[in-house]
Amino acid sequence: MNIALFVPCYIDQFYPQVAITTLQLLEKLGCDVSFPLNQTCCGQPMANSGFAAMSKGCDKNFVENFRGFDYIVAPSGSCVLHIKEHLHDEQDPVAAEKIRKSVYELTEFLVDILKTTSLNASFPFKVGLHTSCHGQRGLHLASMSELVAPAFSKPATLLGMVKGIEVTRPKRVDECCGFGGTFCVFEEAVSVKMGKDRIAEHEDNDVEYITGVDTSCLMHLEGILKRNGSKVKTIHIAEILNSQL
Amino acid sequence: MSAREAILEAIIANQPAGNSLPEIDVNAMIQYDDLVAQFKLVLEGIGGRLIQVADNDAVQDMINEISKDKETIVNALEPTEALVRQLETLSLSSLAMVDLAIIRGSYGVAETGAVWVDEKQMVIRILPFICEQLVFVLDRAGLVTNMGEAYQRINTFETGFGVFIAGPSKTADIEQSLVIGAHGPKQSVVILVG
Amino acid sequence: MKGMNHADAAEAFIADEPRTDWHDDTLWFVREKRDKAAHGIPEWEQLREWASLIKNNVLSNMSKYLVEFEAKAIANGIKVHWAKDAADHNNIILSIIQENNVKKIVKSKSMLTEECHMNEFLIAKGVEVVDTDLGERIVQFRNEAPSHIVLPAIHLKKQDVSETFHKHLGTEKGNNDPQYLTQAARIHLRDKFIASDLAITGVNFAVAETCGFVVCTNEGNADMGAHAAKIHIACMGFEKIIPKAEHLAVFLRLLARSATGQPITTYSSHFSKPKADQQLHIVIVDNGRSRQLGREDFRNSLKCIRCAACFNTCPVYRRSGGHSYHTAVAGPIGSILNPNLDMKANADLPFASTLCGSCSNVCPVKINIHEQLWKWRQVITAEGLAPKSKQIAMWGMSELLARPSIYRFAGKAGRWVMRVFPFLTNNKLNLWYKQREMPEPPKESFRDWYQKNKK
Repeated sequence: MNIALFVPCYIDQFYPQVAITTLQLLEKLGCDVSFPLNQTCCGQPMANSGFAAMSKGCDKNFVENFRGFDYIVAPSGSCVLHIKEHLHDEQDPVAAEKIRKSVYELTEFLVDILKTTSLNASFPFKVGLHTSCHGQRGLHLASMSELVAPAFSKPATLLGMVKGIEVTRPKRVDECCGFGGTFCVFEEAVSVKMGKDRIAEHEDNDVEYITGVDTSCLMHLEGILKRNGSKVKTIHIAEILNSQL
Repeated sequence: MSAREAILEAIIANQPAGNSLPEIDVNAMIQYDDLVAQFKLVLEGIGGRLIQVADNDAVQDMINEISKDKETIVNALEPTEALVRQLETLSLSSLAMVDLAIIRGSYGVAETGAVWVDEKQMVIRILPFICEQLVFVLDRAGLVTNMGEAYQRINTFETGFGVFIAGPSKTADIEQSLVIGAHGPKQSVVILVG
Repeated sequence: MKGMNHADAAEAFIADEPRTDWHDDTLWFVREKRDKAAHGIPEWEQLREWASLIKNNVLSNMSKYLVEFEAKAIANGIKVHWAKDAADHNNIILSIIQENNVKKIVKSKSMLTEECHMNEFLIAKGVEVVDTDLGERIVQFRNEAPSHIVLPAIHLKKQDVSETFHKHLGTEKGNNDPQYLTQAARIHLRDKFIASDLAITGVNFAVAETCGFVVCTNEGNADMGAHAAKIHIACMGFEKIIPKAEHLAVFLRLLARSATGQPITTYSSHFSKPKADQQLHIVIVDNGRSRQLGREDFRNSLKCIRCAACFNTCPVYRRSGGHSYHTAVAGPIGSILNPNLDMKANADLPFASTLCGSCSNVCPVKINIHEQLWKWRQVITAEGLAPKSKQIAMWGMSELLARPSIYRFAGKAGRWVMRVFPFLTNNKLNLWYKQREMPEPPKESFRDWYQKNKK
């Protein structure tokens, strides 16, 4: 299977180590991964702000870069969800449809496609798991507390394969962190309050790290943690799954 | 064009096609092995009280017991013409003085702790709401397991008014503190016979 | 908070952080009660599916069911009125009041009458209007709007209620006991029930097959009003119609559990005929609903049974309060209903959300609220209602993201500026920076690393 790595724009620019780790992890698990060099962004920031109509150029570029792969994998739930639901190309609808059907977030790719059952990883720390909304409710990476349905979590399943880790959950197991795209600046007060409340619940568990599948959530929480001088660090799940003694 | 015509015309122009009704399978709804136990559990959880008696003689004894310290009592179990006339002509202020009203219920729902009573049984519509304490007399055979079964058995619009009453009136509007006794009765008792 | 957009009103609300925490915790507790109730019903998700399908069927057969309902209602001695809009609704109520020489009315909870601003209208015409739901009476005394459609006074602490009742009812100053305060309200409102000639109630469900409608309360105030008055007017948005009485089993099993976590409200009152010496009127209201019915992406919002589960689960609502939404129906459902009523005034509401999706999951009738919020954003922007600065910024972004080399250049330049001139981003003008540190700008992007190490 030929796999393309889709690197969300803010990871490419601000958290390249998340993409580096994702690439290394996939290769370790035996994947042949390409990185289309001219990718930019999935277009979600514009679309969620009401400007989906402006995303044609961005979508076209995405289709050009990602056509022809069996799978496209990204270390991000929200970007993958956006592509799945909104990628269109009038000039090449077939290619766009194929991409929508073959794009995966990292943890679901490992669990559902690679069927990973063990990892040679070690991360002996106490880690709070943040459940990012779009991955959870959009991609069904984990069960949802509102529904009467069996519990499961693909990220937690993978974390369970890491030696030495202690995973905790916050009291409100899947409340939103408050990032929400441009919401984080246009409704700054609510956004930060939501982030602070999430952090407080993790701090109640005395965690050393907060992890999740979406760097956007982590970036927002990290900003608050750093401003308040907290010792708690954020880390993308790819870095935990790829970590070694 | 009248408002009615304008509204219906707009609705007809805008309503979508399709969407057939689903089959509601009452048998797929929650069942309870012990209807009395469940009814009691729910009723007591919502601030009501269940008293079980063996037969109709025992009912009268229980009513006497409950009525002991009450002044104004309306027993509507077997309403005579005189009682009906009296209730229909009493002023609201007088009715507000009713300490205890005893009404026959026809069905009880284990799932919700609710009793169904229609306007014939309550004699006047306001009676089960305006009294301070409400007592239902309900036959055990009238217990059904859930609301699905209740709607199968009861024609709820048969008389001009009927109501499912689940426990005493209540509110949590002040800082989510539950207070039993809002505008309706402050206490609610179900005497289950049989 | 009137006149403020949601973001500004929310900021003002959050400024009192302890109070925000209290408001948030209180409503989260209601969500938890809902969860407990839902998890006690193994067939809960099946119930939601049935409710959703029934309501979908209603959307497709709205005219048929309404006409059926009307015919039977009239045959049962009920007077049926139709109101095109809020003004129509208010005038119909007023004419019934005037024809019957009514001076005092009582009203139980009806979000529709809030939507039509009925109280102000009638009071201006010299009618005494008393809201009898305890929460609504409290906010009425305080001249405030309800902040929640099920728990109207949820934004108030018991001290606030105590002060209000001391002022208006003469209760003991400083006595905050909810039992004491409720008892005072009971006595006060009993007088009002007895003295009123006319009662207005809402309608939770109207049944086409049998005619007849259901009103659900915990307090018993709708019944105290309706059965004491000579005239009972029930007001309903036309979308409240359901096909059959048996469907009430599905809806009643979902409604109270979704709203407050109870198996059922204390009273589920079924009306189908006026009593002997009484007039019973029903006012069927459009007020923009037929327009919403025609919107393919948004018509599902008309399935709403007004349980407010979406309010209780919404992390934004809990931290901003109902008044921040400046409308009769706040919360997530309000944000998809209100732009239809007035797109310009409510253009901010669909953006008061992170699109987390929790609301859609708790909705008993499976309205895809979070998807409609996203779709309203596109409509509002297409109507030109987005702020100019945002339009320009987004245009800039779309150009940049369509051109890989420009994107790379902008990224590199941006990071360079952040490293060399941090004060350019680390200042008050940058909204992110107000309460958060900026991310560290790395020297290399991932692509730079990849070119160096992998090619």
